[in-house]
Amino acid sequence: MEISEQKEAPSVIDRYYTRWYRTDLKGNACEDHCILQHSNRICVITLAETHPILQNGQSIKSINYQISAGCSRLNNKVSGKSKRGGQFLTEYAPLCRITCTDGKEYTIFSCIRGRLVEVNEDILTRPELLLEKPSTEGYIAVILPKFEESKSVTEGLLNREQYEEVISKRANQQSEPC
Amino acid sequence: MLSLREKDRPIIQKLLEAGCCGRCILRFCCIGTQSAYRLSTEDLQKELNAFVSSTEATAAAPPQSETNTHTPSDDQPSDDPPSKRIKLDPDSSEDGGGSERVPVVTMGPPADGTETPVCVCVVCLGVLQDFCDPHFAKKISEAVKSEDYAFEDLVLSVSLPAQLSVREHSCWLHIKKEVREKAMVLDKEDVIQVNKAFKWAIQGMLSQELKVPVVTKSPFEVAVGFIHPDTDADCHFLAEACSDCFKPTKNKESVFTRMAVVKALEKINDKRFLKEYPCPPMRPQAACVAQDTTCLHVSAFVAGRYNKFSRTLPQTPWVIDGERRMESSVEELIVAPLLNAFKSDSFNFSSSGREDVDVRTLGNGRPFAMELLNPHRSKFNKMEVRRIQEEINQSTDKIRVRDLQMVSRDAMSRMKEGEEEKTKCYSALIWTQKAIADEDIKFIANIKDLEIAQKTPLRVLHRRPLAVRQRVIHSMSTRYRDPHHFTLQLKTQAGTYIKEFVHGDFGRTKPNLGQLMKAEVDILELDVESVDVDWPPAIPE
Ligand SMILES: [Zn+2]
Repeated sequence: MEISEQKEAPSVIDRYYTRWYRTDLKGNACEDHCILQHSNRICVITLAETHPILQNGQSIKSINYQISAGCSRLNNKVSGKSKRGGQFLTEYAPLCRITCTDGKEYTIFSCIRGRLVEVNEDILTRPELLLEKPSTEGYIAVILPKFEESKSVTEGLLNREQYEEVISKRANQQSEPC
Repeated sequence: MLSLREKDRPIIQKLLEAGCCGRCILRFCCIGTQSAYRLSTEDLQKELNAFVSSTEATAAAPPQSETNTHTPSDDQPSDDPPSKRIKLDPDSSEDGGGSERVPVVTMGPPADGTETPVCVCVVCLGVLQDFCDPHFAKKISEAVKSEDYAFEDLVLSVSLPAQLSVREHSCWLHIKKEVREKAMVLDKEDVIQVNKAFKWAIQGMLSQELKVPVVTKSPFEVAVGFIHPDTDADCHFLAEACSDCFKPTKNKESVFTRMAVVKALEKINDKRFLKEYPCPPMRPQAACVAQDTTCLHVSAFVAGRYNKFSRTLPQTPWVIDGERRMESSVEELIVAPLLNAFKSDSFNFSSSGREDVDVRTLGNGRPFAMELLNPHRSKFNKMEVRRIQEEINQSTDKIRVRDLQMVSRDAMSRMKEGEEEKTKCYSALIWTQKAIADEDIKFIANIKDLEIAQKTPLRVLHRRPLAVRQRVIHSMSTRYRDPHHFTLQLKTQAGTYIKEFVHGDFGRTKPNLGQLMKAEVDILELDVESVDVDWPPAIPE
């Protein structure tokens, strides 16, 4: 086997996934989400690196997939190839609520339409995963868009370039004197 | 020659009056002598007419002698087509249903000089008349020859319109009494079936034309079919009488299948049948239409092992949204020379597991098997198979085939047997984010029979159910390359997802190599070194 010259090989995410973003979710400043779409249309929902939870030494008090009295994402069960029985989510369906030790609570949203395949239960017992590896082991959920919507689900989302633009504008605004 | 007996006489008389053809009469007389059915349609008619028109006193004598002494056609020139000479009066049954008299036989061409066609049989709708002649045998043979199959024998299959069973039943009821009088033991099942009589009549001619025996079991099937749309409605009354026999099924265009009709006829009582359907059956206007002769050879099976040397070659054609993603595939490279040699229509490919497009398969290769459907050539000796293998190997440097051999259908299933228990060996090129020394990876070789839990990888989750599978990594070894790379050799239980074991798949495979090494790792290249399945047997070079 020949070793490639490249020192920093592209990561698994770079090779197989497209990064999409939704910023300032529900009008809440900086609550940015990242959607990793695999070429097979599967989507992994994660926190974007700019999300307030990931800023300056926050720590997590609790993560709750019980999004209402009658609905818990932990009860989601899928069967068969077509993932029958999975909860169907619209763009603004809450996935979980995360409370930080400073008392602030954040809601993480689905961001895309599709069937909920799984949520990440590992972050319940090891919330540090969310902080240390937000875009891999600290993922929130896996969603399978409908086959016929696999292209259109990402239509309202920002691509990486657009996201970076938003971030730099945000930085400029903050540095401007009031 | 016809071995007809005195007790057959009333049966023959009634059937002739009803408009039955000669071969159908032989059938209802339960004549099991194949040669009788090979007589030409005309000669047979002649002999039967002679038999019934002879007197009671001479009836015991062989039919041939009766022909010589009593046939009304005696004074006709013998080279005249007999159909012109002997013809049943079509009206004779009108008033003669129950009478004992001999049917009227008209002689010579009709007065107006036109040729009167021979009546189409009320039971077989002509299948046992013109279709039993050398002309039709030749037509079948030509169709078979034009398909260019190689075969050592053949089986003839005949598909008949379902209404033939209804007509058969009606005719049976018509002569049941007489048949039972002939012998206590005879029943409807003893009547020779139409398709049997057809085969007896025609298979000798087919065999002569095609120069192979026509047998009852052969890998090569020649199918002849007949339809008779005019009388399809014959069956319809049965749907009301026995509705439970006619359940609509998805892929059948009509509920009146032969099986369903036969079943309904077994259930319906004689009284009801006679009320709903004429006995004997109505005379048809025209004979059956023969459908195109079709040929089918049973599948041939080949097996072997393949190496895959390319990281841009999928195992099977890769199509996304109807668009081809990669040129060629392992399957296509192997099958092209095989399809060509076997002159086969299509194929089914299967293998002991599969590798990703970017994975090579080295060592002894991966066992595969292929079903070649409807092959026009199916007999190849070892040398010829070897030549096909060479042809595959010379056509490409992306793959290589070995141990190519012909196998049986049963043997093919052995490849899939106990697939889960088998082991596979891999070699992977690993990248580590942090710099490593040889000592940092030594510990990996000490890990034995590591049990891992793998959630269905995200990359296949769109087409496979979500599940957690327990797999075993039996052993691993490492070879240090440079501060960011090493080679990992693994021996694992079949079905282990190696890429996910290395990078962890968002932590969904536990434990994974990254966790074991407490480092960010990725897999850059993967090779299958061996697939430990001992089938198919190795063939020495
Ligand atoms: Zn007939």
